[in-house]
Amino acid sequence: MKKLLTVSILGLAIAAGSAHARDYDHVRFGVDVPYEPMEYRTPEGELTGFDIDLGNALCEEIGITCEWIEQEWDGIIPGLLSRNYDAIMSSMTINDERRETVLFSEPYITPPSAWFAPADSDLEETTEETLEGKTIGVQRGTLQDNYVTDMYGDVASVSRYSTADDMVLDMQAQRLDIVFLDFPVGKSTLLDSESRDYKVVGETITEPKEYFGDGFGIAFRPRDEALADRFNEALATLQEDGTYDEIFERYFGEE
Amino acid sequence: MLDLHGYGPRLLEGAGVTIQLAVLSLILAIVLGLLTASAKMSRSWLLHKVATLYTTVIRGVPDLVLMMLLFFGGQMALNVLTDIIYDRYGVDWYVNLNAFAAGVLTIGFIFGAYMGETFRGAFMAVDHGQIEAGKAYGMTPWLVFRRIRFPLMMRHALPGLSNNWMVLLKTTALVSVIGLTDMVRVAAEASRATHEPFTFLLPVAAIYLLIASISEWLFAYLQKRYNVGFGEH
Amino acid sequence: MEWFNALLADNRIFTPDTLGYYWEGLVTTTQLVFLSLLVGLVLAVPLSILRGSKHKWIKLPIYTYTYVFRGTPLLIQLYIIYYGVVFFDGIQETFLWPMLREAFYPALIAFTLNTAAYTTEIFHGAIKSTARGEIEAARAYGMSPGLTMRRIILPSAFRRALPAYGNEVIFMLHASAIASVVTLMDITGAARFVYARYYAPFEAFLFAAAIYLCLTFAILFFFRHLEKRLLAHLRPQSG
Repeated sequence: MKKLLTVSILGLAIAAGSAHARDYDHVRFGVDVPYEPMEYRTPEGELTGFDIDLGNALCEEIGITCEWIEQEWDGIIPGLLSRNYDAIMSSMTINDERRETVLFSEPYITPPSAWFAPADSDLEETTEETLEGKTIGVQRGTLQDNYVTDMYGDVASVSRYSTADDMVLDMQAQRLDIVFLDFPVGKSTLLDSESRDYKVVGETITEPKEYFGDGFGIAFRPRDEALADRFNEALATLQEDGTYDEIFERYFGEE
Repeated sequence: MLDLHGYGPRLLEGAGVTIQLAVLSLILAIVLGLLTASAKMSRSWLLHKVATLYTTVIRGVPDLVLMMLLFFGGQMALNVLTDIIYDRYGVDWYVNLNAFAAGVLTIGFIFGAYMGETFRGAFMAVDHGQIEAGKAYGMTPWLVFRRIRFPLMMRHALPGLSNNWMVLLKTTALVSVIGLTDMVRVAAEASRATHEPFTFLLPVAAIYLLIASISEWLFAYLQKRYNVGFGEH
Repeated sequence: MEWFNALLADNRIFTPDTLGYYWEGLVTTTQLVFLSLLVGLVLAVPLSILRGSKHKWIKLPIYTYTYVFRGTPLLIQLYIIYYGVVFFDGIQETFLWPMLREAFYPALIAFTLNTAAYTTEIFHGAIKSTARGEIEAARAYGMSPGLTMRRIILPSAFRRALPAYGNEVIFMLHASAIASVVTLMDITGAARFVYARYYAPFEAFLFAAAIYLCLTFAILFFFRHLEKRLLAHLRPQSG
């Protein structure tokens, strides 16, 4: 009797849950701007970038509309959980720490992280010895922040920024000796910039996985599995029909 | 001429956000301030304690920390609440605490504490004989408040009110840090992108000065009005 | 230490590491606020005297300075100084750069100029309200204007300015929270770091709020004590 009751209550609970699960025909993406070339604004205020174009293409493929809501990085996961938006598509690396709070899509791009320094800097490699006493720039709350804080927090001074733009500006002002960030972003904002010459210090970094995870994914609220599945299917389609490559070329192709 | 690199319209929009934010927060702060002042003067022990705790804690903690606590923490608390509702009843109800609302609520909440002190002092400065006279005329308590206590109180409260408003106006700049696109945020973003900080930050500073000067003039006018009948020599 | 470790064992946020950040934050905040108040005070004394000068060309620039710094948000002043210094050509080659390069000194400059402006006005108001009789008495004793200022006006003005200056000190402590915007790891900076790493807004910011509250009470207590000692003569005698 008791068992039967439990089963029927369980059944009821599941029914109630699925009956109210939302069918999205409009998805709001949270995004931290600017993070060139992944997401940034033109001076006229128009939002653009790899994430934006891919996100819009995915929505079109699924047949839904989408909208982009700006949110600074250090509040981006809380913003998702509080339903300020339905998904995060903002160069977010998939890692175990975040998997505890959000549900990730399949990775849609896997860029490494890299160290960038002025071209005339005497830094040739990054070890505890060479970084001692240096000022390292990172974006607050990113995996690069966690990595640098844990590995070099004791020997170097770490400057944390709300946006990548602040950090690049301080790098150009020579307030920072070296910065650690996603390779495409560093390439676009530092290597390709005209103001000064920069170089990549050492190899690009993708290990250890506990810090660097498995590439960028779209983050959803844990209960929105159905929505994540639809995005995964759409991503597979775009990768096959060439749309993905076209967007990739637009932002990462050699000109 | 000033070249704003195409950021002009957004800067103007940001100025609009700043002004709306300041005015709405001021209204909320005045309402909370009147409530706090009443609570502090009430005979209820509990109300008095609550009001004292409110004014003490708020005035002991930086605005920015309170703002982050309410903005980030308030969202988290709402999540817990709406998640419980979802789990229990399957209703996907949610509350969007956007940066603007959070800004108005936080600044209003903070300055309510300061206004409370201002109003309390002002109410206590009102000559009691005038209130007695109103009662003697058979006025209801509400009428006494509206016709006698409030106008008389305002005369004493205006200098403090004007001071609070000036501080509040400058405090609105902090919302740029929690992600609201006010004019400070647009200016900071533009100066980073164009590498010309003075081009954007100095005009924004000038707008603040302009608003402050207009308010000063307005408060001087109000002060004169509320002083009517008190023979200023 | 046993109980301390036991206390920390159960949570993932307040580890010895994060508490270390808060401690460093407390040190940074204290240094920043103390130094800016000290330098600001030293600047404000002569400025407040000159502010009352009869010469337009002395009075007006000082008034403009205090009006601008009191009329605009400290955040903007901080941005202008932090981002602005970089754009003086060749600043990186001067002896000043090793200091200006750190976020600490631009923040210190902004805070100092800000508090000096407020303090100048506070002192100016206090000097202006000196009782005529005191000044006349000093004249009658044959004191020179300089001596009158030093011996009579300033001491009594400082005492009268004390409550307002106490408020300014607390205001400065609270205003210093924006230092985290230019990467300084002050108390608020530590809280933002902890929040971003653990997504724990309540723990991170409530702890910071508690530290500020304690500091505020300490300052209040200090000034109450000072007022009691220095303003004893102003209290009603009958008590």
